[in-house]
Parts: sequence; structure tokens; C-alpha cells
Amino acid sequence: MDLTFVYLALILLLAIYLGFELISKVPATLHTPLMSGANAISGITIVGALLAAGSGESTTLATWLGAAAVIFATINVVGGYLVTDRMLGMFRSRTDKSDE
Amino acid sequence: MLNLVAINAAYIVAAGLFIFGLKMLGHPASARRGNLLSALGMLIAIVVTLLSQGILTWHWIVISAFIGIIIGAAAARFVAMTAMPEMVAVFNGFGGAASLLVAWAALFDSHALFVAITVTLSVIIGGVTFAGSVVAWSKLSEVMASKAIVFNGQRIVNSLLLLALLACAVMFCLEPSAQSPYLYGIIGLALILGVFVVIPIGGADMPVVISLLNSYSGLAACAAGFAINNIILIVAGSLVGAAGIILTNIMCKAMNRSLGNVLFSGFGAVKTAAKVEGEVKPISAGDAYLILEAANSVTFVPGYGMAVAQAQHVVCELGELLEAHGCEVSYAIHPVAGRMPGHMNVLLAEANVSYDQLVEMDDINPRIAAIDVAVVIGANDVVNPSARNDEGSPIYGMPIINVDEAKTVFVLKRSMASGFSGVDNPLFMGPNTRMLFGDAKASISEIISEFKP
Repeated sequence: MDLTFVYLALILLLAIYLGFELISKVPATLHTPLMSGANAISGITIVGALLAAGSGESTTLATWLGAAAVIFATINVVGGYLVTDRMLGMFRSRTDKSDE
Repeated sequence: MLNLVAINAAYIVAAGLFIFGLKMLGHPASARRGNLLSALGMLIAIVVTLLSQGILTWHWIVISAFIGIIIGAAAARFVAMTAMPEMVAVFNGFGGAASLLVAWAALFDSHALFVAITVTLSVIIGGVTFAGSVVAWSKLSEVMASKAIVFNGQRIVNSLLLLALLACAVMFCLEPSAQSPYLYGIIGLALILGVFVVIPIGGADMPVVISLLNSYSGLAACAAGFAINNIILIVAGSLVGAAGIILTNIMCKAMNRSLGNVLFSGFGAVKTAAKVEGEVKPISAGDAYLILEAANSVTFVPGYGMAVAQAQHVVCELGELLEAHGCEVSYAIHPVAGRMPGHMNVLLAEANVSYDQLVEMDDINPRIAAIDVAVVIGANDVVNPSARNDEGSPIYGMPIINVDEAKTVFVLKRSMASGFSGVDNPLFMGPNTRMLFGDAKASISEIISEFKP
């Protein structure tokens, strides 16, 4: 454990701060899409899952764990982004409606 | 094959896209593009990872990803908007489970103490998230009773669970291994803890729980990022963690309760509320039509009951008819209306209400006295004046939409049963309140038919 930890902790700190700044500006109307969209982002674990599933480990357990993680994370990513898009497509302003 | 610098550079681009995507979610007009940007960031992160030297075998990846894509796409396509809370709950759980598994697999690469500690964290948070989300899902989808389940000695059991978990964690970190019995202990205990954390929470408090589990799923990814030394997991995970915490905080404020109170005490009627007495004045759909037709401004106040009655489409139709009559129509939405943050807004948007008509509690309250008719549909506690006047009421202090100050209030209700919290509502006996009994969808359809000659 060298300086890497310090860098990672610094990144963590900045990201949390940025998260607070950004999310507190999202209006209540969009809280459900915000949640499902954030959910899709938390599917970023897929990166770790892919590395575990494809590492060609000698033990089968590691591969199995990775494969299961890929399934869960893919559902999260694909389902999360698609359903968020479906929801946001329903939000229309008065001017959008009169254009139809 | 990409080298480490190129991979991390691409991860930074992906992180930037997540951040811009979230920023664009700040307004309904740009939100959809924001979501696309965020998805693009995810795609970049995935493609770059697949091109890295770490990937040696492909068949498991292809099979698992295929299964995941099919399930995810089908769920997203077919889920009803009324069932969004369940869907988000279960997806939170999947995120937690994925992080748990990734952290576990990381132990095959390294047994360093730092890795062991972060793996432990990730497994605990991931396990609690997964089990808690499954319980939240079963409560929301009524697979199990949505009431709070409270038993004697619950706190003692939870404390013992935590102690056992801590003991396992210490033992595991002293001698980390992917097949350590202590690791299995940690996983098992985290799952049990997840169940015990969510069962004492009742249906009306679900918005808080979903927000919190959302936050946990991000934190689990973040911890897994530390375990496998991957910056994109840390950045994305903490963004989600922050988002969940903010929503949790907003929900708690909207109920005037602390997070601790929501998590550890089933909704208790510790104080005795003043008995509500008065006369209930019913109204027929025909008379309601006459009043609405003459009104210049109408605001609809929806609650979870609107979703249950599937009344959102007829509500919107009535709103359009009123607008055609020259009436100003708005929809006032309490932050905790429904079973997740912003749930009512999505249902109304689906029913074709434009987002500039969706008004927040703090915007409607200052001008509610000028509103001719407030129509309450399936909402109860969020419009209960006891929260303002009656210090003995369990919901005292909770911010509400002050519909009782509007010139006339219609309350659509199936019968005179009390709301989710079991608290009496003096609004129903108010001098300017008229009760329209019956199924909300049927009542509104009846009013609509009066409009059409």
C-alpha cells in the first residue's frame, strides 16, 4: 500500500463532492428517472465482473463468480439505461405537445 | 490490446460522461440526452475493458452478457410505470450482488491486507443491499405484507448480528483467502442483516429505503473499486452513493423524521392524537361537475391511491377538458407521494401531462388559497392538516400540501378508512371539503361523461 491509496482516496473525495453538487440540482419531478439512471451507473461493477470472468483463472470458482457478476451487472446496466430512457421519453413540455 | 495508460485515459472520459449526464438530468428538456451520454460513458468503459490484456477467455463473458442483456431489456421494455419502485428495488439488489461477487473474485488475485479490508467492506455492503432489496421488492410487489414487522428484542438481535459480522471480518482479514470459512460467514451474516434491516420498515416509508439501498449499491461498487484498484468503479460508485444519500435526506425531511427514526422504529403512535369529530359532507359526481365547470383554477393532488386505482389517465383527460374550458390546471405533488421519489410525476407524464404542469409542494402552498378547487386523489397523510395543528399527532411537523386552504376541496376516497399511517384526517370534516366516495377511476370517468354532452 503506497501512494496509490492516497490517490484513490482523493478521487473518492472529489467524486462524492461532485455527486452532491450535481444531484442536489435535479428537480423532484425527475427523481425516479434519476434513481434508475444512477442505478444503471452503479452497474459499472460490470468492468470488474468482465475482468474476473475473462481472466482465465486456474480455479473455476473465480470464473463462476465473475460470470454470475456479469449477469447481474449487465441486467443492471442494460435494464437501467433502457427504462430510464423510456421514462424520460414521456416527459414532454406544453410546447412539445402542441408541435405534435 | 491496450496498455494501462490508454485504459485509464478512457476511464476518465467515461467518468466525465457520467458527470455531464447527471448534470443534464437537472432539467426535463435535456434529461434524455443526459441519460444517453451516461450510457455512452458506460459503453466506452466496457469496450475498453474488453480490449485490455486482462481478458483471456471469452466464452463465459459472451454467455453471461447475453443472458443479462435479454433479462435487462425485457424488464425495461415491459415493466408497468406503476411498478417502477419494485423494478428499481430489485435492480439495486443486482448491483449489490454484482459488487459482492466481484470483490470475492478479487481474492484470487491478491491476499494483501488492504485488498482483504476493501473486499470485506464490499461484501458486507453488497450483501446487505442484495438481501435488503429483495425484501423491499417483496414488500412493494405485495409478495409479503407491506406492514412493518417488529418483534421484541429486534435491536438485540441486530446488535448480535453486527458483532458476529465484525468478528468474522477481523478473523478473515487476519488470514484472507477466497475460500476462508470466515468469508462465507461474512456473506451469510450480511445477507441476514439485510433482511433484518428492511423488515421493520412499513410501506409508506419505502421511498426512504429505496433511496438508501440505491446509495448502498453505489457504495458497494465503490468498495469493489478499491479492492481491484480501479478508478472508474470508485468514481461512478461514489456518484451513485452521493445521489442515494441526497434522495434519502430529501425523503426524510419531507416526512419530518430522522433517518434513524425511519430505520429503527416501526411507525409508532406513541402520542395520542386529538380525536377528530365533525360531519362528513358527501357529494355526487354530478354536483362535482357543476363546481369544476365553474372553476377558474383546479389543482390535482395525487397519492399512491391514484396508482392503485390506475386513475392517472382519466385524471389527465379531465385536466385537458378543464383546460379547454379556460381553467388553469396544475398537479401538486408531495415529495413522498407514492412508493419512491418522483413516482407520481412519472405516472402523470406517462398519462400525457406536460411537465410544466407538475408543481412541487413549496411552489403550490403559497398560492393555494387562490385555487378554486383542490382535487385529492388517493392521498391522505400528505394533505392531513393535523401535521400542522395537532401536536399530539404522530405526523405532527411533517410538511404537507395545505389543500384545506383552497376554496373548495374534493377528496376522492373509497370509504372512510384512515390513511397508511392509521391517523385520522380532519380534512375530511373540513367546512370546505366534499367527499366523493367510490373508486377514483369510476368517479372521475363519471365527471368526464358530464362534460361530454
